Amino acid sequence: MDRVADRLSALGSTAALELRGVTRMFGALAALTDITITVRPGERRAVLGSNGAGKTTLFNCVTGDFLPTSGTIRFFGEDVTAFPPYERIRRGLRRTYQISALFLGLTVRDNVYLACRGVSRARFSMLRPSVNDALMQAAERLIEAVHLTSVRDQLVSELAHGQQRQLEIALALAGAPRFILFDEPAAGLSPTERRELVEILTALPPHIGYIIIEHDMDVALRVVESVTMMHNGRIFKEGAPHEIESDPEVQELYLGGGHE
Amino acid sequence: MSLIQEARTRESMLARGATAPPATWSVTEQPWGWALAALLLIMPLIANGFFLIEIFGTTLILGTIALSLMFLAGYGGMVSLMQLTIAGFAGYMVAVFGVSGNANISLGWPWWLATPMALVLAVLFGTLGGALAVRTEGIYTIMITLAIGAAFYYFTNQNWAIFNGHTGINTIATPHFLGINWRTDIAFYYLILVVAALCYFAVLYLSRAPFGLALQGVRDNPRRMAALGFNVNAHRIAAYAFAALIAGLGGVLQVWNYRQISPGSVAVERCIDILIVAVVGGITRPVGPYIGAFIFVILRTFALDFLVKVGLDGNRFRLLIGLGFLAIVFWSSDGVIGLYERWRRRGQQKDAPPRSGGHGHG
Repeated sequence: MDRVADRLSALGSTAALELRGVTRMFGALAALTDITITVRPGERRAVLGSNGAGKTTLFNCVTGDFLPTSGTIRFFGEDVTAFPPYERIRRGLRRTYQISALFLGLTVRDNVYLACRGVSRARFSMLRPSVNDALMQAAERLIEAVHLTSVRDQLVSELAHGQQRQLEIALALAGAPRFILFDEPAAGLSPTERRELVEILTALPPHIGYIIIEHDMDVALRVVESVTMMHNGRIFKEGAPHEIESDPEVQELYLGGGHE
Repeated sequence: MSLIQEARTRESMLARGATAPPATWSVTEQPWGWALAALLLIMPLIANGFFLIEIFGTTLILGTIALSLMFLAGYGGMVSLMQLTIAGFAGYMVAVFGVSGNANISLGWPWWLATPMALVLAVLFGTLGGALAVRTEGIYTIMITLAIGAAFYYFTNQNWAIFNGHTGINTIATPHFLGINWRTDIAFYYLILVVAALCYFAVLYLSRAPFGLALQGVRDNPRRMAALGFNVNAHRIAAYAFAALIAGLGGVLQVWNYRQISPGSVAVERCIDILIVAVVGGITRPVGPYIGAFIFVILRTFALDFLVKVGLDGNRFRLLIGLGFLAIVFWSSDGVIGLYERWRRRGQQKDAPPRSGGHGHG
């Protein structure tokens, strides 16, 4: 009887993201060594670590910008280790960049529209979208959601830094994201903008899980339920935010010394 | 604020209806746009045969070939030096499949069969060349496409079975239909005008369609495009295919214009001419290549007389083009279009804050 229950509960419990023994070498340098992480659907997790700990390399392996030297990556149960980035994105993975990666020669609206188009059909359509185009309206709603309505017709190169960071997040929310990788979303934001960021992150629908790399503990530990500490390309410690915060080793290594 | 709230605003947004995309700069929105269109339409009343074909017809043909480069470079950030090669290839194919004085080579197909065949093969050529070129970026794209251009030039020189070596193919037949000989000056001028206008408006239209927007996204940040779900290389290759169609149309008109084609028509310096035409006019707007082509054709046609008059060798007309090229690149990286827009913005600045020029990059 119990075994039936076990089997049934195992059916729906695929991990959102599952890394098994992921190693990434750059020449002789191991940027990641034997990383094994399992993240549940809807789970929100912070990845902490000093500069060079391998956090962004981890993101690049998950999105497919770099292929891991060894190990496997599963996204909602599917082995995506050898998939190109766009195939992973079409399956519901999203990411933002530490240094905004936007289309500077296009307007805010076009940027968001491209994000919506990228995860839907007819990417090669040669027909201009009509006024009632569903994706155009989805783009409008996203622009409103990140408070960029007033600048939607401006070129992205003309936006202030904070607005570019907002747009960076909007691009990652297009379509139907299932899991998002946020790479230092608070970088360069003012205290007010940080509060707004926390608000956006906590208000995301509960089925959307994410991993956030963030140096600002006030942001990072407030929006996550679990923390992974990395050091020199390895996983150093995993736990709940309060455990990590009070861990003497972590304080020695990160919060005490290296934290600016 | 949140996605949840966002869903709630859906209804109100639907009711309001999404606003139209931002207006794009086009000839029809410029004060002189309609005047220019009208002028081009009544040109046969004003200009004699020489001006009609040698100046305006040639400008529109050259401009159309350069437009294919503008599309790739301006929207896609890919500088392809093989656009004239594709045009020349289409021209050769018209000669090979159609009717010409070299009966041992030409297959004698009617024009309505030979022309589509030439265009299909040109698109295939451009797609294959593009598939090679997209594996590289920046200066390597220029090198690969230049190598394709040079290879084709030497191949036509040495191949006698299809391309008839350095003598090329002569007395190529031009289309006759609806009882009209389309190579008579006025009919041919209108044929060129229609094809050029179709290409121009197609590029303009496409720049705001998902395909064109995605291409501009690829230009600005290919890595982010991949992280939004786009297959970047597939998009680039598709852009090469579309550009090859435009270049091919230009090439077909070109071969009907001269009624002969030889390796000299696809020489490497001809390929460079297309780059100069596009850059002088401006590669940020579809109208740029036509402006560049007009300047180029005027200089090519009249610089000789001018130079002889001031006591210089008439063959030095390229010196004038070169100096003009230097001057324009020095003062405006957007070519003549860039100069014009800056001048226009300065006029507007007095009463309104400046609105940026749009799709420019670099």
